[in-house]
Amino acid sequence: MTTAAPQDFTVLKKKSRFQEFWQGKPMRKLRRNKLAMAGLIITLLFGLIALFAPMIAPPKFNCARDLGMTEESQVYNPASPVMWKAMFAPPLTCYQTQRISFAQAPQPPSAEAPFGTVNGYNIFHGMVWGTRLVFKLAFIITGINVVLGIVIGAISGFFGGWVDNLIQRFIDVIFAMPSLVLTIVILTILRAKNPGGDPTIPIIIAYVITGWASYSTYVRADVLKTRRLEYVDAARALGGSDARLIFKHVVPNSLATLLTLAVMDLATVPLGVAALSFLGLGYPVGYTEWGQMIDFARPWLKPEFWYVLMYPAAFIVLFSLAFNLFGDALRDAFDPRTR
Amino acid sequence: MFNLIVKRLLQIPIIMLVLSMLVLGLTMLLTPAQRAAGYVKNEQQAVRIDEIIRERGLDQPFFTQYGNWLQNTLQGDLGFSKSVGEPVLDAILTRLPNTIELTLFSFIPIIVLGVWLGTLSALKKDGLVDQVIRVLVVLAFSLPTFVLGIVLLAVFYGYLGWAPGPGQITVENRLLLDQLIASGEFQKYTGMLSLDAMLNGQWRIARDVLAHLILPVITLSLVITATIVKLMRTSMLESLTSDFVRTARSKGLSERMVNNKHARRNALIPIVNSGGFILLGLLTGSMITESIYAYPGIGRWLLDSARNLDIASVLGYSLFVALLVVSIRTLIDIGFTLVDPRVRYD
Repeated sequence: MTTAAPQDFTVLKKKSRFQEFWQGKPMRKLRRNKLAMAGLIITLLFGLIALFAPMIAPPKFNCARDLGMTEESQVYNPASPVMWKAMFAPPLTCYQTQRISFAQAPQPPSAEAPFGTVNGYNIFHGMVWGTRLVFKLAFIITGINVVLGIVIGAISGFFGGWVDNLIQRFIDVIFAMPSLVLTIVILTILRAKNPGGDPTIPIIIAYVITGWASYSTYVRADVLKTRRLEYVDAARALGGSDARLIFKHVVPNSLATLLTLAVMDLATVPLGVAALSFLGLGYPVGYTEWGQMIDFARPWLKPEFWYVLMYPAAFIVLFSLAFNLFGDALRDAFDPRTR
Repeated sequence: MFNLIVKRLLQIPIIMLVLSMLVLGLTMLLTPAQRAAGYVKNEQQAVRIDEIIRERGLDQPFFTQYGNWLQNTLQGDLGFSKSVGEPVLDAILTRLPNTIELTLFSFIPIIVLGVWLGTLSALKKDGLVDQVIRVLVVLAFSLPTFVLGIVLLAVFYGYLGWAPGPGQITVENRLLLDQLIASGEFQKYTGMLSLDAMLNGQWRIARDVLAHLILPVITLSLVITATIVKLMRTSMLESLTSDFVRTARSKGLSERMVNNKHARRNALIPIVNSGGFILLGLLTGSMITESIYAYPGIGRWLLDSARNLDIASVLGYSLFVALLVVSIRTLIDIGFTLVDPRVRYD
């Protein structure tokens, strides 16, 4: 009897915490916004495209060979190990755009290439697997930035003094250069160091160096605000260590703002990487990547080749629009200033 | 006040020193030969690259190298841009006026359209006009620059043939211009081609240059215009519900007077405050637009250099831009404190 009561209590509390969040004012505001919900659904569709890329644009050529695929139906068969491998651990050759022919001139959409081809590359395949590639990058980069931002921002805000001063002046220095310029500088130097290599790691490094500071600024501001609250003093009086105070009592308070920022970053990172590849600074020709597909369209700006540009452009704009609709509403709902 | 200004101004060289140290520290990842490539002007020099490394001390410890670099840079020697075959400083200075021209032309629609549409949207809140403007703003805001630029170019140049192709000027007019410059009939007053052509009375050239500017200006300004419309709408709504506007109305002033004189002028404050930052953003953010439209500004030069792994140019550009950003930001901050005594930066 005496042991059962606290257990029941915790179960009850956990459930109510979720309900509190779900039925709270920000969530209700968000759920009422139809445009935002449409944006969320389209965004989730893009996520599904990324996840199920092997089924939407089935592997062929080198990718199929490296997967050990003997017939196309294997990708759709959950009993076959090929499907799971294609979905969760595809070999690097799968991120090479399928090259159907070596004809330079674009070919109109067909059953094999629903968006047509350019330079022999299958545009549909490039866009679908490109979604997967950019989502992967976006999650890795945003994840690292959030963690770094929380740790550095919390240290800066919680300890104050010269540590805080040093970190803030360092951020001033980083912000002195526009982030796109800094990204280009870092990428150029890393590419010069290893010409022709896989640019994934350099892109991640460049985005982390330019990205963590804005998270840490938010966390620091929140920490400064909550550090003075009484419950933090109470926790300290009970003997809580600095780390416990930061991660148990201070950081959870700023999670809503952080998540909003992170969701927005999940959209800006893919578009940024696409822009870099479009400019010839990201992924080299042949990788499945959005910006490259747009770049291929540059010499074919004639009405009869409309599909070369319009399908990839519509794909990217739809992604950006959906994310913006959802992100704006999310910010409105969770931003403390608009409540 | 004086102390504050001095303190802010002193921060500029410190930030620049630390930043250049970080950026130069990054180049230590490269081999001395790669670093020396930034000082090689031609084939003959490329042969004796070992001498250049020794002369410039590029195999020395970092701080010696940094000292040498700083000394050279302060004397205006930023290295040689192999992607265009000119010294880096010259490459920046010859291209900067073009970028400034593009920036200034983009600034006009941003402010005019932004303020006009924002005001309209706020005055007709929740009406049809407001709904349409808000949808357009979200659409414009979601267009990535590189997609927008290439689609505009395809539609208006490739499909419809209404706009001129990429570049700053057509070939015939370029030849005419070269002739005029050679014969001394064309004076460069500002370095901005359209203004210079007008000042010289060469209307054909001016029209051509302006026609080439239309699409780049739309591409560069659309996203920022959307932001300004949003900002102006919020600010105007706030101002319309404030006490002094109610007082003005209750005095019996006409609707027009209240909206234009009382409400809008106060709603403009945040727009005026962000003006400097918009210019800065345009100046440093024009590279994608310039690259798509083959516009000969500093942004396109940076991208060409980065693609060719031309380290000297990329470093030169980035430090130049950082200096620009830090100086203009400081000036804006100081300007605010001078104009508005309530503003304090501590």
